Amino acid sequence: MKEKAKILDQEGINRAVMRIAHEIIEKNKGAGGLCIVGIRNRGVYIAQRIARQIQQIEGALVASGALDITLYRDDLALASGQPLVRKTEIDFDINDKNLVLVDDVLYTGRTIRAALDALIDFGRPKTIQLAVLVDRGHRELPIRADFVGKNIPTSQKESVAVRLNESDGKDEVIITENA
Amino acid sequence: MGWNKKDLLGLEYLTAEEIALILDTAESFKEVSTREIKKVPALRGKTAVNLFYEPSTRTRVSFEVAAKRLSADVINIATETSSVRKGETLIDTGKNIQALKADIIIMRHNCSGAANILARALEISVINAGDGWHEHPTQALLDIFTLKEKLGKIKGLNVAIVGDIAHSRVARSNIWGLTKLGAKVTVCAPQMLLPPGIELMGAKTTCDIDEVLRSADAVNVLRMQFERDENAAFPEQLDYFKKFGITEERLAKAKRDIVVMHPGPINRGIEMSSGVADGANSVILEQVTNGIAVRMAVLFLVSQAKEGKT
Repeated sequence: MKEKAKILDQEGINRAVMRIAHEIIEKNKGAGGLCIVGIRNRGVYIAQRIARQIQQIEGALVASGALDITLYRDDLALASGQPLVRKTEIDFDINDKNLVLVDDVLYTGRTIRAALDALIDFGRPKTIQLAVLVDRGHRELPIRADFVGKNIPTSQKESVAVRLNESDGKDEVIITENA
Repeated sequence: MGWNKKDLLGLEYLTAEEIALILDTAESFKEVSTREIKKVPALRGKTAVNLFYEPSTRTRVSFEVAAKRLSADVINIATETSSVRKGETLIDTGKNIQALKADIIIMRHNCSGAANILARALEISVINAGDGWHEHPTQALLDIFTLKEKLGKIKGLNVAIVGDIAHSRVARSNIWGLTKLGAKVTVCAPQMLLPPGIELMGAKTTCDIDEVLRSADAVNVLRMQFERDENAAFPEQLDYFKKFGITEERLAKAKRDIVVMHPGPINRGIEMSSGVADGANSVILEQVTNGIAVRMAVLFLVSQAKEGKT
């Protein structure tokens, strides 16, 4: 795997998170009735950052949770290698909330499809909105993001690597070429 | 690190890493049972068959609940009302179930090694739900899971197993699992219920219950299976309670936060007093709840394994 370009550095990621937080507040007219759920793994960290930003701006607590979509994958039967099942932690009621689902990279849309199925098992939010740090295109399902940190046109031979302090010790988004 | 075994036959055959993977996976599955909709689609379209040659309610129901929470279809076969009565062999029964395109057989059998034989003969997954005096891996896994949840770790713990060790597959699976994860296991029973050679599995033996309780972080109390005592080799019930029963008085001299486990069903007033069974140290009902998560993890892992399914 060869690194081709750095798309976002730490400052770029911070700015993107900050802008998404503002856009979420604008679209939902405040932080009331809002909750944020990140998709494991890195979506959870971005969700927590967005929740912190919204709290700073609005001065109100925003519930944030973690969702593992492994059990809802449409390729579970074909998955190469053993998928690791991790914890889902949504310890608040999502019924009638405006729920913002957060992931690091939006690509085929299949992860989001699985996440929507999983969320519906937890209740019936008033709305589900999607925020992603990077949208790299190549959708295979009719899914789009409401809030995007950065649109990056990619080829399918490339990968997008999001690295975050919480999991990788540094903040950056890199495009790599698959060997 | 992953899982590549199509079967779960016993903890003897697993590495410490594989046991840890089951426990970690179970931790993730525990949350599913706390939801309002207690179901995930992971095993949608898979069929699990409960094949029980011995009566069992809790293990069978626990597996059935676990499989259904994963969206698998479950079929229960009680052998008393099946073709087994007409003399069909175990392997023929298994091959017929395989021909029905079932994906997993969960088997309880009175012969030690039965699950191993069935697993070798079939391409589909076999989960051992207890075979003779050999192993009962999911029971030990749920015991270890509960212990880890209560005390935060397994490594270095002193675990006592008390009761009919000789005839206990639960004891054997626990000894394998606990010692692999670094716990120190002491088995405690009347001399005639301590099988020769149990030390070779890595357990210490004693007949002194008070001594073993003094240093134990946890005590797993086995059921005295008086109904199986055909040779009248067991001590008289009251006598057993006096010498080995876990009572409040005995626990008062143990570590204050000692974890008391029992695989159920309890004989109150024989293995332990009611006060202990319902007391603050008892995690007996938590074991039942955790059993579902552990069995969900096992069902999920074996059905994901690629071994033998190419």
